[in-house]
Amino acid sequence: MKEEIIIAGFGGQGVLSMGKILAYAALMDDLEVTWMPSYGPEQRGGTANVTVILADSPISSPVLDSYDTAVILNQQSLDKFEGKVKPGGTLIYDPYGIHRPPTRTDINVYRVDAMEATFGLSNSKGFNMIVLGALLKIKPMVPVESVLKGLKKTLPERHHHLLPVNEEALRLGMSLVK
Amino acid sequence: MEEDVRLMKGNEAIAHAAIRYGVDGYFGYPITPQSEILETLEAEMPWETTGMVVLQAESEVAAINMVYGGASTGKAVMTSSSSPGISLKQEGISYLAATELPALIVNVMRGGPGLGTIHPSQSDYFQAVKGGGHGDYRLIVLAPSSVQEMADFVALGFDLAFKYRTPSMILADGIVGQMMEKVVLPPARPRRTAEQIAEQCPWAATGRRGGRKPNVLTSLELDSAVMEKNNERFQRTYSEIERNEVRYQEYFTDDADYLMVAFGSIARICLKSIEMARAQGIKIGLLRPITLWPFPSAEIARLSRKVKGMLVVELNAGQMIEDVKLAAAGTDVPIYHFGRMGGIVPNPDEVLAAFMKHFGNESQK
Repeated sequence: MKEEIIIAGFGGQGVLSMGKILAYAALMDDLEVTWMPSYGPEQRGGTANVTVILADSPISSPVLDSYDTAVILNQQSLDKFEGKVKPGGTLIYDPYGIHRPPTRTDINVYRVDAMEATFGLSNSKGFNMIVLGALLKIKPMVPVESVLKGLKKTLPERHHHLLPVNEEALRLGMSLVK
Repeated sequence: MEEDVRLMKGNEAIAHAAIRYGVDGYFGYPITPQSEILETLEAEMPWETTGMVVLQAESEVAAINMVYGGASTGKAVMTSSSSPGISLKQEGISYLAATELPALIVNVMRGGPGLGTIHPSQSDYFQAVKGGGHGDYRLIVLAPSSVQEMADFVALGFDLAFKYRTPSMILADGIVGQMMEKVVLPPARPRRTAEQIAEQCPWAATGRRGGRKPNVLTSLELDSAVMEKNNERFQRTYSEIERNEVRYQEYFTDDADYLMVAFGSIARICLKSIEMARAQGIKIGLLRPITLWPFPSAEIARLSRKVKGMLVVELNAGQMIEDVKLAAAGTDVPIYHFGRMGGIVPNPDEVLAAFMKHFGNESQK
């Protein structure tokens, strides 16, 4: 098993955190994992992306040019990464702010209205967890239990009261995928 | 006991490994892409547990001179920075080498020259390996390609530095500093006591007790005849290091028709392109120097007589290739270079395309 994933969007959308939670879930599941962020000035306001690779054998390159799965959260990232999804791969995007939707027909494209769903959440910061829930429903690469365990490990203890709202967001995301 | 597997950035791994090794002091100044080393140390507050000193100095120059002072007392001390900051430290590094002091310096390289970019690069190879400061000295240079090696090389770097009384350097890059991977941290051990330091480092300025002769630690020697003797002693140490401490890792070299040579994170990218090539039946192997100095020249010489061609891949304009060519001198094996500069990281497809440009026609026969 090997899953090569790019998650890309605006800085501040929780792109890197989402990748981190996924990486921790993989750790809980005893998989090999690499998490390689774009780092630097793009983190505030510009575009941010992270490459996450999960595998059951050692991972060579943490840097890639084509991906099994792309999770796309803004237009710039869609323009940049739509062409880099492997044929037969998966592209998940949130249509909020997207004016040129994906056009490829040789990949599986899923539209997930995560931003819209965020407005119905008790905690509006749950956007990235909604997206992660949708990703895991479409590509169940790690069990939800591992994500929750991973989340508990990444969150400092003083934030552990936020675990239920994160789980709520995760499950909401899963329910968005029909 | 269950292994303590964690997920963390390479920079964070260095900080945790330093605390667990029992490092006495860290002196640094923030610079991307290695600031997490200082940040993690500050967050962990080891001064409350092991007694380790963590100090954000007023500048890189101050930090390396604090290392110089700490090392003079036999303490395990370190600093870290990224390319422009490492340039500032060169005077201090030369002094450490000339005074025969153990210390660990970490360079998480970014694109240069000048202030350059904050993105990954390997353009400080010459500086690290050929002596960035003045004078005939060498650094033991370790090139990690994984977060695990970032953690492991802290202990290795210090052990070698103390064994040979010479500074060592971890030469990493922005990829291995910033990426998160699984890591098993070494078991924690206490810092050495004053008695242990006095026993291990009889040369150190630990305070005169019992009427021993004063230990004078200086890089200054006005008598050239003595300075030449000092240099001869340094060179004997360097020869011993070259004999004993060469480290490298080979991948698929047993049946390889071609060889890639790469260090650090780019070696991982090469490995992926080699996997892709092997799927097409093209047998490429990889030699990854772990010590950039001492350089694995003998092994490269051996492989150069076996393969039909070599590609040296670096995040620079072509630096390590000079040492590869020296190692392969006397053979007529073609050796090419592929590199990206300024913080641009090639992907595995690009590396494979570079290989095919040079060897594509003959390798597919």
